[in-house]
Amino acid sequence: MPGVNAETVATSPEAVAQHLAASRYLADDSLATAIFLAIRLGKPLLLEGAPGVGKTEAAKAIAELLGRDLVRLQCYEGIDAAHALYEWNYQRQLLAIRHAGEHEIDIYDDRFLIARPLLQVLKAPEQRVLLVDEIDRSDHEFEALLLEFLSDFQISIPERGTIRAAAQPIVILTSNRTRELAEALRRRCVYHWIGYPDAEREAAIIMLRAGDVAQATARAVAAAVQTIRARPLAKPPGIAEAVEWANAATILEKGGSPWPEAFRRAIGVLIKDEEDLSYIAPELGRIVEEALA
Amino acid sequence: MSRDVNDPFSPFTGRRCPEGADEGQRHHGQKVAPPLTCLPASSPRKRGEESLPPAAAPFLGFARLLRRHAFAIAPEQVSCFMQAVTLLGPRSMADIREAALATLAPPPDRRGEFEAHFQSHFYGNTSAVVAGDADEETRIKDDGGTDDERIEAEHSQEGGELSSALEQLSTRDFQRGDDRLTAFRRKLSSALPARRSFRTVRTPSRGKLDLRRSLREIVSADGDVPSPLLRRRQTVPRKLLLLIDVSGSMKLHTANYLRLAHAAVQGADRAEIFTFGTRLTRITSALRIRDRDQALAHAAAQVDDWDGGTRMGPTLLAFLSVPRFSAFARGAAVVILSDALERGDHAELEIAMRRLSARAFRLSLATPLAGDPRFRPATAALRAILPDLDDLVDGSSLAGLTDFILSLARPAPAASTIWKRVS
Repeated sequence: MPGVNAETVATSPEAVAQHLAASRYLADDSLATAIFLAIRLGKPLLLEGAPGVGKTEAAKAIAELLGRDLVRLQCYEGIDAAHALYEWNYQRQLLAIRHAGEHEIDIYDDRFLIARPLLQVLKAPEQRVLLVDEIDRSDHEFEALLLEFLSDFQISIPERGTIRAAAQPIVILTSNRTRELAEALRRRCVYHWIGYPDAEREAAIIMLRAGDVAQATARAVAAAVQTIRARPLAKPPGIAEAVEWANAATILEKGGSPWPEAFRRAIGVLIKDEEDLSYIAPELGRIVEEALA
Repeated sequence: MSRDVNDPFSPFTGRRCPEGADEGQRHHGQKVAPPLTCLPASSPRKRGEESLPPAAAPFLGFARLLRRHAFAIAPEQVSCFMQAVTLLGPRSMADIREAALATLAPPPDRRGEFEAHFQSHFYGNTSAVVAGDADEETRIKDDGGTDDERIEAEHSQEGGELSSALEQLSTRDFQRGDDRLTAFRRKLSSALPARRSFRTVRTPSRGKLDLRRSLREIVSADGDVPSPLLRRRQTVPRKLLLLIDVSGSMKLHTANYLRLAHAAVQGADRAEIFTFGTRLTRITSALRIRDRDQALAHAAAQVDDWDGGTRMGPTLLAFLSVPRFSAFARGAAVVILSDALERGDHAELEIAMRRLSARAFRLSLATPLAGDPRFRPATAALRAILPDLDDLVDGSSLAGLTDFILSLARPAPAASTIWKRVS
C-alpha cells in the first residue's frame, strides 16, 4: 500500500473529513478535528463510545486515508507483554541448543523472536497505523505497559536492547468504557467520544455503505433505527446493523414484498436478540409506518 | 487586547500562523471567536507566565479553572491544548471548544459541567448550570418522564403506601455516621466470590510448565535442568454491582445504603454503584473520593430523584440497555437494595430481572421489609421475580447487609426454595 505523508493529507479538519468520506467514512466536525489533531500533534487517538458506533471503522478509514497498513491488537482480559510485544520461540530455541552440541549458539537471534503487533509496528520500515482495540477489556497492568510504548514508541527486550520505531506509528485506541481507563492513558491521547449519529447523518452513512438502497429507504431506516435505539433493548442496533437492515429490506422489496412488510420481515438483521424482538414486535409496524411517512 | 479574531494566530507567538494552517471551509453560521479578552478576574498571572504572550492567558486560565473544579488536567495537556488551538487557527470559538474537548479530555459523564465552564470562561456566560450530568447513553434510554393517566390508575391500588411512580426531584445532605463499615471495607476484597482469571501466577505445584522462565533457568544454569517452574491461572474477586433504590418508600434506608456503597467502592477492586428511582444514576465516580462526607455530598448532588416514585422495571431495563452498564453486570455479584414495590404492571420488572439474572454470577435482592418476621414475598411483582433471585434477604440494617455481602462467596440455596418453605 503506497503511503502518503500524513501532514499533506491532514491540512485541516475539513480536509480530513473529505478524505475520510472518500474512504466511505463520514466523520462529523468533532471527530475530524480529533483525527486531524492526533495526526498533526503525533499523539495517540483514544476513541470511546457504545459498540457499533464505528470506532474500529474509523481506525480502518484513517489507515486507508494515509495509505498505510493497519496492525490490529485486539485486547482481552489477561493479555500481556508476550501477546502484545514479543515472544521467544522456546521450542525452536531448545531444538537449536540440542542441535548445536558443543558449538556456541545465540538463542536470542532474530529467528527465534516472534514479533507481536507492537513490535511489528516498531520494526516496520514504513509508518504503520496501530489499532489497539477495546483497551477497556485488558487489565490495568497491560494499560501501564502500553503507557511506556505510547510515550516513547520504543520497547526494551532485555536480551536485545531497546528497539525504537523507525517511523513513529499512528496509534488509535478504542474503548467501550466497560471500565474507566487510567488518567495517565487519557492524558497521553487526543480524546473523542463517538455517539450514535443523528438521523440525517445515519441516512447519509447508509447511502454510502449500502449497495443499492434508495435515498427514501435510507431516511426511513435511519428514522426507525433512531426510535428503536431509544427503547430499552438488551442489544441496541449499531450503524452496521442499520446498513444491513436497509440492504435486506431493499432485497426483499425487489423480491416482491411491499414496503412496510419488507422492513418487518428483515428485522432479524437489525435486532439480534430474541427478547428484544418480542419486546419491539408490537410496536414495530407503527415505528416503520411513521418512519416511512 | 483587541485583535481581528478571524485572523489565525498563535497563542505562543501572538503572530499569524503559517499559510496553509487555516485551509478548508467552515460551516456557515458558526459563532465567530469573540476577542479573547474575557480573562476571568480570578486568574492572576503566575510566576513564569510573564514570558508567555497575552493570547495564551485565556487558555491557561481555562485549564486552571478546570483544575479548581477537580478536573485532572496535566501540564502537558495544557500545552497540547494550546498547540491544538494554534493548529486549528482558530477561526471560530468552535475550534477552541473542539481543541479543548480533544486535548483536555473531560470524562463523558462530566461533559455538561465542562461545557458550562467553557461557556462561563470564554463567553462570560455565568448563568450556565454547572452540575453533574447524567450519562449521555442513559439519558436516551431513561427519558421516561411521567404519565399522569398511569399515575392516577396506580394511586388506586393497594399496598406500598409510600411508593408511587410520581417523579419528585429533591436533593439530600449526608451527615457522618458511625464507622462500623471500616471492618467491612477491609474484609470485602477477600470475601467476594472469586473467578479464575486468564492471567497466571507462579505456583510451587499443580500448574502448567512455564517454558519461558524454565528456559532462562536452563540457560543460566549452563544447560543443567533445574526443577521446572510452574504457573497456574490466578483467581480474582468478581465485580460487585449495587443497585440502590432511592424512592420515597426507601427514604429511611438510603443514607445507610450509600455509606455501605462508599465502603464497597473503597474496599473492592471493582465495584459499581447505581441509584434508581424514577431515573438511573451512576454514582461510582463520586464514591471513589476517599473522604466519605465529600464522596456522599458529591453523590447526593448527582442524584436528582431522591425520595420520589419508583419505576423499577423501566430503570433496570434502561440500565441493561446501555451496553457498557450491562457489561458491569456480567459475571458480577449483583445486589439490589430495594423493597421491590413496583406499582402497576410488573412485566418490565420481570424482563429486567430475568436479563440481570442471566448476566450476573449471583443476583440478590435485599429488602428492608424482610426485617419483619411476618414478611412473605406475597406481592405479584415479588412472586414473579422470585425464581430469578439467588437471594432474598433482610436489608433493614447495616449489620445484616454487611454480613450478607461478606457471605456472597459462600453457596446458599436459591431464594425460591427458602421462601417457598417459609411462606
